[in-house]
Order: sequence, then structure tokens, then C-alpha cells
Amino acid sequence: MKNHVFRPLMVVLGLIGLVLIFRLFYVPKDFSSHENGYMYGWYRTGNIEEWKAFKVKYQGAEYCKDCHADKLESISQSPHMIIQCENCHGPAFEHPSDPEKLPIDRSRGQCLRCHAKLAYPSSGRASIRGIDPEQHNAGTECVSCHNPHKPSLEGLK
Amino acid sequence: MKRREFLKKAAIGVAGITLPLAALEIVNPRKMFAGKDDGAKVRWVFLVDTYKCVGCGLCVKACKNENEIPYDANVTRTWVERYVFTKDGKFHADTPKGARDGFITSKIDLGQGKYEDIKSEDIQKAFFVPKLCNQCENPPCVQVCPVGATYQTPDGVVLVDRSWCIGCGYCIMGCPYGVRFFHPKYHTAEKCNFCYHRITKGLKTACVQACPFGARQIGNMKDPKDPVTKIIMTERVGILKEEYGTKPQVFYIGLDREVK
Ligand code: HEC
Ligand code: HEC
Ligand code: HEC
Ligand code: HEC
Repeated sequence: MKNHVFRPLMVVLGLIGLVLIFRLFYVPKDFSSHENGYMYGWYRTGNIEEWKAFKVKYQGAEYCKDCHADKLESISQSPHMIIQCENCHGPAFEHPSDPEKLPIDRSRGQCLRCHAKLAYPSSGRASIRGIDPEQHNAGTECVSCHNPHKPSLEGLK
Repeated sequence: MKRREFLKKAAIGVAGITLPLAALEIVNPRKMFAGKDDGAKVRWVFLVDTYKCVGCGLCVKACKNENEIPYDANVTRTWVERYVFTKDGKFHADTPKGARDGFITSKIDLGQGKYEDIKSEDIQKAFFVPKLCNQCENPPCVQVCPVGATYQTPDGVVLVDRSWCIGCGYCIMGCPYGVRFFHPKYHTAEKCNFCYHRITKGLKTACVQACPFGARQIGNMKDPKDPVTKIIMTERVGILKEEYGTKPQVFYIGLDREVK
């Protein structure tokens, strides 16, 4: 073979070799094909464990019951029983060690998520008692009149 | 043999021996044609009941907090759409901020600060539809990833390897459901992963736990006793964009023609 063919060929082969050597060191050892084949299952195995180790933030109402039993007790006798505490108080993380206190969402917007009247047939929204935010005591926090943990209408009128 | 000649031949020899072996390591034909492993014990599926959804958006709020998606950035792993059909045959749809703050007004968000109010007497039907990643059986987003940074786990969830993603955006273009976006902080592809860190610990996803009305449910399709599996097997459920052949694993009760 002639030199002018042979030399570039060597360079190309050399480069391919270099890339493969680089790849050998750069690509993590656990990068390979798995159960779902090359099309869907070609990945770094360690990443699954990384995702599993992601931090859980929402603990659920059970978590609160030892310390705030009164709130749980009162809400469980009201239609708000279905609403998770953390929907209004934010994720608990490691509360009460970290954070020591959880926030309290007193905004009207928080209640209007469900109670702003939307007459939508074929949606569950239609069966929740709704109010018109512009008419119903506009500007005042809902919780100054309604108890979020026991929103009874008795004695209000 | 001259020294020069020897070196040349040796180089060819070495390249000749190493190249094919190394190449085979990248693509192993046996694995290449390996089918899906059907021995898996878990296949996560999701069930959405659109009749129960009231559009409170507490699922979106919980998802953003749980999965560390910047709260004020206009991207979210799950969102809720509102559909309003009026008696004149028109339909309107919106999802302001992905419904992070719920739907607290009857005004439809047309974008660019414009709103259209629809009177309740003009409404023919109206409802809410939660959306999230479909964790497709044949995920196109995974097929198009050039580096193996997104993949399907043996239990059917599609994950993104943030340390491996190069941010090319092919998967974002490839998803027919538009569930993928760039994470504002990491600048890598981001998507709902059924709260993989929660479901693998026996917890519900953040959105399922946050939903007060049971509009969202998660289950294991490989367990015949699972209540979600029972509903999917015995009741009338729909999926989104069936014609794409992606085999989505999020099932809907009460889908409508205009919901895509
Ligand atoms: C181990 C006991 C414990 C658990 C479990 C616990 N809390 Fe607390 N919580 C406390 C303590 C102690 C405080 C501080 C009270 C104070 O300083 O007035 C507190 C404060 C709060 C506050 C703020 C009260 C205020 O006056 O500002 C809220 C809201 C709250 N908790 C909600 C929750 C919720 C919701 C849960 C469940 C997800 C929960 N807590 C679980 C002990 C607990
Ligand atoms: C619908 C929203 C909502 C839900 C659900 C909710 N809270 Fe509250 N919570 C509030 C609001 C609003 C306040 C402030 C009340 C006030 O200012 O009068 C509050 C106050 C509190 C306080 C501190 C103030 C006090 O009165 O002692 C605690 C502790 C608390 N909630 C715990 C809980 C727990 C535990 C649950 C779950 C069982 C729960 N909350 C569910 C909205 C909610
Ligand atoms: C997740 C949705 C949701 C949120 C958020 C919510 N509620 Fe409710 N609320 C309900 C449901 C469901 C009922 C029971 C159905 C009904 O009577 O309308 C209810 C009932 C009520 C009632 C009537 C109680 C009765 O005895 O009939 C009042 C008052 C009320 N809520 C006030 C509030 C206030 C104040 C807030 C904000 C702190 C709030 N709600 C937040 C869902 C919600
Ligand atoms: C100034 C006190 C006050 C404030 C503030 C207030 N309400 Fe009320 N609310 C009442 C009274 C009194 C009633 C019962 C009489 C009535 O139906 O108007 C009532 C009734 C309701 C009802 C039941 C309506 C029905 O048709 O039976 C709901 C739901 C409700 N309020 C939600 C809210 C929400 C949500 C907010 C905040 C956006 C709010 N309220 C703010 C005093 C208040």
C-alpha cells in the first residue's frame, strides 16, 4: 500500500483507539444495558439508587398525630378531614427538629382553591359549597371567621 | 525486518486485535435483541379520575415542593388543565401556572395577560384534567437520548440521570405529551418520575397523597389484587394519544374527545 494512503489510515485508527481508551476510563463501570435492552434500558445502574435516596419531604397526617392530636381530632369530625395537614402547612421535613415550626397559610387563595364558586357540571367542583370571592367578605382572611380545622357553619349567621 | 516496518506492523496488529473487541463491548448483540423482562414483579401505573378532580391544584403545589422544582418558575412536573365547553359549540382550555394555585376564577387565561370570562349559564360541560408523565411502555424520549441519560427502570418508570444528561433537548422535543422541560437550576432534562424515591419506600407519590378527593391513584399493574389494577382491568378507562403507539401507563376515567 502507498504511504499517502497508509499514514492517514494509521492516524484514523489511532484516533479510534484513543477514543476507545478514553471511553474505557470516562464511562462509569456500571454503565451498561439492562432488562429493557439497548433501546430503553441502557443506563448507569447507580443512578437508580441516587433517585431512591432523594429526600422525602411530605410525611402525611399520621406523622402529626402524636403531637397535634387536638387538631387531628377536630378536623376528623369535619368535612375538611380529607385535606392533608401539609396542604395548608407545607411539607413537614423533620419537623419539629428541623424546621422547628411549620408555616401557616392563612391566605384567602388557599381556601378559594376549593371554595371559589365554579358551576362546572361533570366535575366534583360543582358539589363543594362555593362562594363568590368578590362578594363574600372580600379583603378579610377566611380563617378570621371560619375555623379551618372545623369549618362548621353553626353559630355563624 | 526494519525497525520502522516492525513498528508499523505491530501497530496494525494491536489495533486489529483491540478494535473489534472494544467495539463489541459497546454493542453486545445478544443484549441488543433482548426483549423486555417479563419476570418483573412491579410495573407502576397511574389512574386519574377526572370526575373527582376539583382543580384545587394542591397536587401541583405538593409536587413542586417534594421534587425541588423552583416554585415560581413556570415549569412543573405535573399540572391540571381546565376544559370549558360552551353551548355555542366552542371549547376553552387553560392551565394558569400549571394550576399551582388552583382555579379560583371563572375567567379563562388566554395568555399574555388576557382573560375571557364565561358565564355559568353558557357552560355546557366543564371539568379538570390532571396531567403527568405517562411512563410509556415504549418511551420515545428514551429512544432519542443520544447518551443513555434517560432510561426505563425494570419497574417501568422513566428516569433522568442528571449527571449524564448533556442538555441537548431531544427528549423534550420527542415527548408527544409535553411533560419534559429543562430544570431551571440543573439545566438538565426534567420530568415526573412517579416520585420514585417515595414509591420505592412504600409511600404514595406526593400528588396522590396531597389530593383530598382521590382523583389520583398509583398502583402496581403486576399485582392482580391492587385496587388500581382492578379498576384498569374491569372498568372503562382511556389513555392519551393512543395512536402514537407509546403505550402510556397513566389511565383516565372520564376522558373527553378534546383532551389530548
Ligand atoms: C414530635 C412532635 C411533633 C410532630 C410529629 C409535629 N409537630 Fe408540629 N409542632 C411541634 C412543636 C413542639 C411545635 C412548636 C410549638 C410552638 O413553638 O408553639 C410545632 C409547631 C407547629 C406549627 C406552628 C404552630 C404555630 O403556632 O406557629 C404547625 C403549623 C405545626 N406544628 C404543624 C404540624 C404538622 C402539620 C405536623 C404533621 C405533618 C406536625 N406539626 C408534626 C411538635 C410536633
Ligand atoms: C384547610 C387548611 C388547613 C388544614 C387542612 C390544616 N390546617 Fe392547621 N391551620 C390552618 C390555618 C389557616 C391555621 C391558623 C388558624 C388561625 O390563625 O386561627 C392553622 C393552625 C394550625 C396550628 C397552630 C395554631 C393553633 O391553633 O394551635 C397547628 C399546630 C395546626 N394548624 C396543625 C394542623 C394539623 C396537625 C393538621 C392536620 C390534621 C392541620 N393543621 C390541618 C389551616 C389548616
Ligand atoms: C381541598 C379543598 C378545600 C380547601 C382547600 C378548603 N376547603 Fe372548606 N370544604 C371543602 C369540602 C370538600 C367541604 C365539604 C363540602 C361542603 O360542605 O361544601 C368544605 C366545607 C367547608 C365549609 C362548610 C362547613 C359546613 O359545615 O358545611 C366551610 C365554611 C369551609 N369549608 C371553609 C374553608 C376555609 C375557611 C378554608 C381555608 C382555610 C377551606 N375551607 C379550604 C374543601 C376545601
Ligand atoms: C367576616 C366573616 C367571614 C369571612 C372573612 C369569610 N366568611 Fe365564609 N361565611 C361567613 C358566614 C357568617 C357564613 C354563613 C352565612 C352565609 O352563608 O353567608 C359563611 C359561609 C361560608 C360558606 C358556606 C356557604 C354556603 O353556601 O353554605 C363557605 C363555603 C364559606 N363561607 C367560605 C369562606 C371562604 C373560602 C372565605 C375566604 C375567602 C370566607 N368564607 C370568608 C363569614 C365569613
